[in-house]
Amino acid sequence: MTGFPILSVLLAVPAVAAVLCLFVGAQGARWTALLATLVNLALGAWLWTQFQHGDGAPQWQFVEHVTLFKMGGAEFSWALGIDGFAFLLIELSLFLMPICIGASWLSVTKRVPEYMAAFLATEVLMIGTFAAQDLFLFYVFFEGGLIPMYLIIGIWGGVNRIYASYKFFLYTLLGSLLMLIAMIAMVLNTGTTSIPVLMAHDFPANWQTWLWLAFFASFAVKMPMWPVHTWLPDAHVQAPTAGSVILAGVLLKLGGYGFLRFSLPMFPVASVQFMWVVFALSCVAVVYTSLVALVQSDMKKLIAYSSVAHMAIVTMGLFAFNANGIDGAMMVMLGHGVVSGALFLCVGIIYDRLHTREIDRYGGLAINMPRYAVLFLLFTMASIGLPGTSNFVGEFFSLAGVYQVSTWTALIGTTGIILGAAYMLYLFRRVVWGDLTKDDVKAMPDLDGREVAMLVALAAVVLWMGVYPTSFTAPMRADVARLTQRLDSAAHTLSISDSKPTPGSPQAAPTHEASAHEGAH
Amino acid sequence: MSYSMQLLMTLPELVLAAGSIVLMLVAAFGGQASTKLVSWASVALLAGAGIALAGPASTGGVAFGGLFRADAFATFAKVVIYVAAAVSILIAPNFFQRTSGEDLRPEYPVLILLSTVGMGMMVSAGDLLTLYVGLELQSLSAYILASFMRRDTRSAEAGLKYFVLGALASGILLYGISLVYGFAGTTLFGGIAEAYSAGTSGGQHTGLLFGLVFVFAGLAFKMSAVPFHMWTPDVYEGAPTPVTAYFASAPKVAAVAMAVRVAVDAMGPAIFEWRQIVIFASLASIIFGAVAAIGQTNIKRLLAYSSINNVGFALIGLAAGGEEGVASVLLYMAIYVIMTIGGFLVVLQMRGEDGEPIETIASLSGMSRTRPGLAAALAIFMFSLAGIPPLLGFFAKLGVFIAAVHSGLIVFATVGAAASTIGAYYYLKIVKTMYFDDPAPAFAGKTNFVEGGLIAISAVVISPVGWLVLGAMGTWSLVAAKALF
Repeated sequence: MTGFPILSVLLAVPAVAAVLCLFVGAQGARWTALLATLVNLALGAWLWTQFQHGDGAPQWQFVEHVTLFKMGGAEFSWALGIDGFAFLLIELSLFLMPICIGASWLSVTKRVPEYMAAFLATEVLMIGTFAAQDLFLFYVFFEGGLIPMYLIIGIWGGVNRIYASYKFFLYTLLGSLLMLIAMIAMVLNTGTTSIPVLMAHDFPANWQTWLWLAFFASFAVKMPMWPVHTWLPDAHVQAPTAGSVILAGVLLKLGGYGFLRFSLPMFPVASVQFMWVVFALSCVAVVYTSLVALVQSDMKKLIAYSSVAHMAIVTMGLFAFNANGIDGAMMVMLGHGVVSGALFLCVGIIYDRLHTREIDRYGGLAINMPRYAVLFLLFTMASIGLPGTSNFVGEFFSLAGVYQVSTWTALIGTTGIILGAAYMLYLFRRVVWGDLTKDDVKAMPDLDGREVAMLVALAAVVLWMGVYPTSFTAPMRADVARLTQRLDSAAHTLSISDSKPTPGSPQAAPTHEASAHEGAH
Repeated sequence: MSYSMQLLMTLPELVLAAGSIVLMLVAAFGGQASTKLVSWASVALLAGAGIALAGPASTGGVAFGGLFRADAFATFAKVVIYVAAAVSILIAPNFFQRTSGEDLRPEYPVLILLSTVGMGMMVSAGDLLTLYVGLELQSLSAYILASFMRRDTRSAEAGLKYFVLGALASGILLYGISLVYGFAGTTLFGGIAEAYSAGTSGGQHTGLLFGLVFVFAGLAFKMSAVPFHMWTPDVYEGAPTPVTAYFASAPKVAAVAMAVRVAVDAMGPAIFEWRQIVIFASLASIIFGAVAAIGQTNIKRLLAYSSINNVGFALIGLAAGGEEGVASVLLYMAIYVIMTIGGFLVVLQMRGEDGEPIETIASLSGMSRTRPGLAAALAIFMFSLAGIPPLLGFFAKLGVFIAAVHSGLIVFATVGAAASTIGAYYYLKIVKTMYFDDPAPAFAGKTNFVEGGLIAISAVVISPVGWLVLGAMGTWSLVAAKALF
């Protein structure tokens, strides 16, 4: 497609600004970063108006393709292009970035230029990951994101930051390297690195199993799924506020995006085979991490564990293989991106005032910080999934989708929502309600203009998603349909959940034990 | 083929050999005062030899009845070697000037030139004896270079250790060569290949098999692949830093290129025999190089283990075999040389108040605040050595993994990839020391123009800007690899 290379520009603006930041001093770096992210946000708004959906819209839009070089038979090209899923996640990243910069405006005082440069680099790599259409280009962006996040956690993090930064880096690296080998095998098998082509390619069933497992190793860590989630609470607790926002808001979505982009469309047969594994892990995660969240005394850790629980709802929804489940999973991802970002911001705001994340040190904030209490309440309710807020839409759809496949999984998934209400309300009660007894808490001023602006922007989006979710489901409707169609045919090959008789065209019986899991529910 | 034509094919070696003898005389008569002149003349000679590569030296084919090969493969290796040698000469004056009690003498560039001639012969050898002569010329010069700081006991120890162990390895290699000669009846690569291909149907002759094992053991020593790596950390630590930078770059490339040529050209038909050896050496190098580096406190020792680790990755490409595998090895070594020279250039800047060299990793603490540019460059080299995209080190690793998967060695590639996580840990440790820790006393002195420029160039090439040249490098390495088949 000819025309304005919007995706490259979205990558170039923060990249140039990141270099610039290093040379302009602390205050200059702040303004440069804010300006660059706002320019990108404006470009994102333009992208929103230009993105076509509905009948006749092409699957891949804003496509760019430049072959950079060939390596050992594999091509490496600057291939960008987005479908509905990528589009929504890019918009989410663009929206959260200025808020991250704003959140660090006063709280980060040491080495500001490097900090802003690292954040802008993260933005480049995140957008690149969502926009990449070349398998290796995707990997470059996906893995490259480790470098700035490692630095952000390690330099500007809390007391135990070094341990957390190593854990974050090495955990995710190991998972990704297995995926890299699988990618190489795929490219050599098909002779192409183009993601759209690979998404339509039918790999042999025995290959799919191995490839799926290798990709799962990477995405499960990024997601993060139980039991490889342990890096997340550490990374979150130690990261600076804006780091947590970006980590929860966007980086956690890389795993879900990976499932949507790779595991489901490229290895549909294996996905159907492993559905029960994913369901089982998700069920454990929902219950276990919710219970863990209930007993946390550190606010950030509590929200981090709640993120793991929310992500488990996402994986459940994705592996329900129906339109409801996938729609819902995407909505949970978007909603969780905004809501958990907002919650981390709320924690950051009071942390900036009292320099502790211990829940017991607070109490009675509703009395001296009413504005804060209102907004915090809104985000707490959104996190619980109150109707009218973003998470309700997503959680309802995903669980409805799961219910169609497995009532038990849906049942266990729903306990997560109930437990979620428990730990979030318990948190809110201890921090905001109660008597204002502590002197230092009494002295805390209410939100200033900058903080109100950030939280109100987030609140507006939370309500928008909750009240009129069509704005967000419409762009991906066609993509969801394509995906479910592909998964359906795979499910039929495996004759899984075969409660309805499917007439005609009998196919050679595959030799997979997955067919043993016939619709027990 | 006319004799003059054959001489033309060896023009780069002739230029360097004749030039180094003349410079030796200049050094002998001019004494200490001629150091600068000899240094620059040596760099000019290396540049001249590089230009001479453009002619028949890269396209000529076989010279002197098969003893010498002037092909694209040799050219690729030689270009990398010449660049590394030139850099090693350029960075020496500043180091010795700031090291009290030791002066740079004009023999230094001459020795590097002589060893470069030897390396040229190694990568161009078409016969086991040409190879051996080249190897010895390179090694003997290297032994002296390792102990170049005469008043420093560590340097002397490094030289002696290198010499004794190097002699042992040469003996092993020579023993292997004699076995191969005894059972193949020739030392020419072509004839050896015929002898091995006769054995592919019914199993190799035991004598030839023993010869192969010994030859590979000798080559593994020269490449410092595990289990023949023990000399590396001690020699790297003791030798003067510019010499260490040289050891880690040019001779490494020469040794790997020589091993590739012997494996593919002479013993190609026996690939299933040597592949097992290479796979073992590769995995052992990757894992040992990574694990042993974790406990190091000296940056030069750490980089020594890093070089062992990297040779392991390059050997993945050799084990894969085929044009693609060989091309990936060449590309890997070229990128590795840029990263490692860059790393050593930063190490050269580590100086205390009195100009004494500092080598502890702890002294890098907080360098991102005292010397931000230098710290950023070293961080780029470290992330790149760890193989993190978007830096060039990632593409080097990607190349060898692609080759391995293509040859069906998926398990091998997977283990190698997983083991690179261990390596990532100690590279990260350096970044952590520079960026996360509180500042230690800053290093004294300023980076001079030449060294600062070289650091900047290598950092930019390794960064995503290097994608622009990567395509050309990849194509060229493939052309070079095709010359072997």
